[in-house]
Amino acid sequence: MSNQDYYVPHGTYWPIIGSIGVSTLFVGFANQMHGVEWGGSVMGLGMAIIVFMLFGWLGTVVNESVNGMYNKQVDKSFRWGMSWFIFSEVMFFAAFFGALFYARILSVPWLGGADNNMFSGATEALETSKYIWEGFQATWPLINTPGAVGQSGVEFSSGFKLVDTWGLPALNTGLLLTSGVTLTYAHHALRKGHRNALVFWMLATIALGAAFLGFQIAEYGHAYHDGLKLTSGIYGSTFYLLTGFHGFHVTIGVIMLTVILYRIQKGHFDSDNHFAFEGVAWYWHFVDVVWLGLFVFVYWI
Amino acid sequence: MSYTAAHDDHHGPEKGLLRWVKTTNHKDIGSLYMWFAFAMLLIGGAFAMGIRAELLQPGLQLMDPQFFNQLTTMHGLIMVFGAIMPAFVGLGNWLIPMMVGAPDMALPRMNNWSFWILPFAGGILLSTFFMEGGAPAFGWTFYAPLSTTFAPDSTDFFIFAVHLLGFSSIMGAINIIATVLNMRAPEMRLMDMPLFVWTWLITSFLLIGAMPVLAGAVTMMLTDRNFGTAFFDATGGGDPVMFQHIFWFFGHPEVYIMILPAFGVVSHIIPTFARKPLFGYSSMVYATASIAFLSYIVWAHHMFLTGMPVAGELYFMYATMLIAVPTGVKVFNWVATMWKGSMTFETPMLWALSFVFLFTIGGFSGLMLGIAPADIQYHDTYFVVAHFHYVLVTGALWSIIAATFYWLPKWCGNMYNEKLAKFHFWWAMISVNVLFFPQHFLGLAGMPRRIPDYSLQFADFNYISSIGAFSFGLSFILLTYIVIDCIRNGTPSEARPWDSAKGLEWTLPSPAPYHSFNTPPARAVILEESQHS
Ligand code: HEM
Ligand SMILES: [Cu+2]
Repeated sequence: MSNQDYYVPHGTYWPIIGSIGVSTLFVGFANQMHGVEWGGSVMGLGMAIIVFMLFGWLGTVVNESVNGMYNKQVDKSFRWGMSWFIFSEVMFFAAFFGALFYARILSVPWLGGADNNMFSGATEALETSKYIWEGFQATWPLINTPGAVGQSGVEFSSGFKLVDTWGLPALNTGLLLTSGVTLTYAHHALRKGHRNALVFWMLATIALGAAFLGFQIAEYGHAYHDGLKLTSGIYGSTFYLLTGFHGFHVTIGVIMLTVILYRIQKGHFDSDNHFAFEGVAWYWHFVDVVWLGLFVFVYWI
Repeated sequence: MSYTAAHDDHHGPEKGLLRWVKTTNHKDIGSLYMWFAFAMLLIGGAFAMGIRAELLQPGLQLMDPQFFNQLTTMHGLIMVFGAIMPAFVGLGNWLIPMMVGAPDMALPRMNNWSFWILPFAGGILLSTFFMEGGAPAFGWTFYAPLSTTFAPDSTDFFIFAVHLLGFSSIMGAINIIATVLNMRAPEMRLMDMPLFVWTWLITSFLLIGAMPVLAGAVTMMLTDRNFGTAFFDATGGGDPVMFQHIFWFFGHPEVYIMILPAFGVVSHIIPTFARKPLFGYSSMVYATASIAFLSYIVWAHHMFLTGMPVAGELYFMYATMLIAVPTGVKVFNWVATMWKGSMTFETPMLWALSFVFLFTIGGFSGLMLGIAPADIQYHDTYFVVAHFHYVLVTGALWSIIAATFYWLPKWCGNMYNEKLAKFHFWWAMISVNVLFFPQHFLGLAGMPRRIPDYSLQFADFNYISSIGAFSFGLSFILLTYIVIDCIRNGTPSEARPWDSAKGLEWTLPSPAPYHSFNTPPARAVILEESQHS
């Protein structure tokens, strides 16, 4: 086998196992939401199958990589794959940011009676909204929802207290930004072959990420206590889905960084052959940038 | 540089059924996609027969309205996500590695996964029919609050099915991008690439940009339904119209996802049977790219009646009109390719030619719909139904059938029965027009879409349309026969069954070897086979 061959793998069972895992998870989840007893256990089973699949599949890939079966071209395929995967994640977050901006800039003012026709020259609020929700104030953050009970019967948690921008969120911004720097130091250390520095900076990055998560959980605790809940109307909806999906991505990122640290210990990488490290680093920076968007548009202005 | 399949240079497919489960081969996976899509086409087609049977005559004849709505919903979903999209990914899998001189797709294991998610997604989606409250009945566009507050429990299964379909599409798109950009023969420049490859590359960017937004939309639906969020509920400060914005930000690129690869297919077939190089190769590439770009900024032409700001109405109207320009460039180029060509009319050409005519009809009705003041009349009538069936059935589906006949000899090594195939073409071609053309008149006369019953003045055209539908549906039995007959008993085909066909795929023997190109083709061959003269 020459070093130039593009590696086309054997048949594989991992994908079908993955499909079974994800489907099991989803079927369990749907049943769980509908109050079926076995929903939760089936979800757990699905998760277990997925974890098994990930270990098996990625383990195979790691083995192949360590055994030198991949050439530069395979490496490049992975790079294209990872970068466009991250782009798809960007678009996923874009949907939620879009919802946030749409609500803030357009639909909440309209609910309060703002005119939507810039050619009409109207300056007064339209009367109509007053008849449906008397006394509704269209403000952002929308602390008080127009109605008290939603269409499907949820009682909205209105009148909550906002999270203080310059408390935990600011601290978390600092942590995450610093973690981006430490990860870059780790990368430099890897390129120069400084093992101890590499391990140190990786540990620092993981610690910063974990601290971020801890504070995020604490912040959710305070917010819930102050009445800001998932059921706090459009503000709570955008707040929790944006920060929640971000937190989920940080969690995945921390797990991946830990795996990379493990692989560093195993000696899987050398100074110019470490795509897995770089892929995870790109992911981490992406999570970082999303946080900046969150900090500015969700917590700050 | 050489590419050999690293593990085992002379290995072919594995034996037995498990081959299809484990396979990492682009041709196997392409075939799986195509057969899956075909099965879904038949299922979705059966639903359509149910719809047209109910609409054959006024009055509620066969089913209760709720079930009728389930049928229209599932028909749309199955056709879009189960038939058309997988069929194009299947074509891409089969053809792209051969067309760019590569041994296989860039990420073969992931390729297997993008296919093998689909049967699970399809299974979950179809299983909703058997759940309490029935299948989703809110239309393929699943507008809130129909899909949130007023939908059956099965909707949550539908949501997860959409997530799975999204994973599959995104992985498929990533794989195609990596293959085209990284696996291309080193001597093939971007502007040497065949148009099917170009259109699929651009489509992949549409998929990666649009599918995650769809995932976002269904996720918001999920939390609105189950966790008390208020994205689409005005009492909580949300807005049901916001759902439509998010949906159509995905939805309009989605319709181009279903038509750009079709443009690619037709740009291969017409030059072959006109025996002339494609007219305006580079303008075709640029037109495709600009259509893709524009498709992201016109979404609210589906929402002219939602009470958007007037400035929004105007903007979306003008932006929509702009798409007609690059689309016109394409149609012009196809016609110019045929100009003074020595044309023959084998089956693939018949499908491609009728694509040009019928798709253009759909494009014109699209233009009519894009005029905001006129759309106040047409919106949510059968005119819209006629429009999108002309672009999707006689556009997207037509090109898939054209591609099947054109490349079938390469895939299975045999020639199909030309006489029977031509007969089938005319059968399908006439009945599809009997089916959909009267729907224009129904819409202009004001018949709303998605209703199981209608007032008496619509009876005649509905009757005609239903007769066309039954005939069109039956024609697929013959298509199935022709394809299976070709695979089983067809006469062996040469490597290049169409004398003036260009493209690297024709330099391989028929049927194509299991691993496409072990050594990348040389510059001279690439130029010889390229589409730009
Ligand atoms: C010439 C370019 C096109 C223009 C200007 C155009 C314009 C429009 C407009 C304005 C509507 C909304 C009508 C309404 O609901 O009142 C519409 C609907 C639709 N179009 Fe097009 N269209 C074009 C091409 C296409 C293509 C190429 C496809 C797909 C291959 C397509 C698929 C659809 C579909 C599926 C719908 C209906 C969606 C629904 O409400 O269920 N269109 N089109
Ligand atoms: Cu559109």
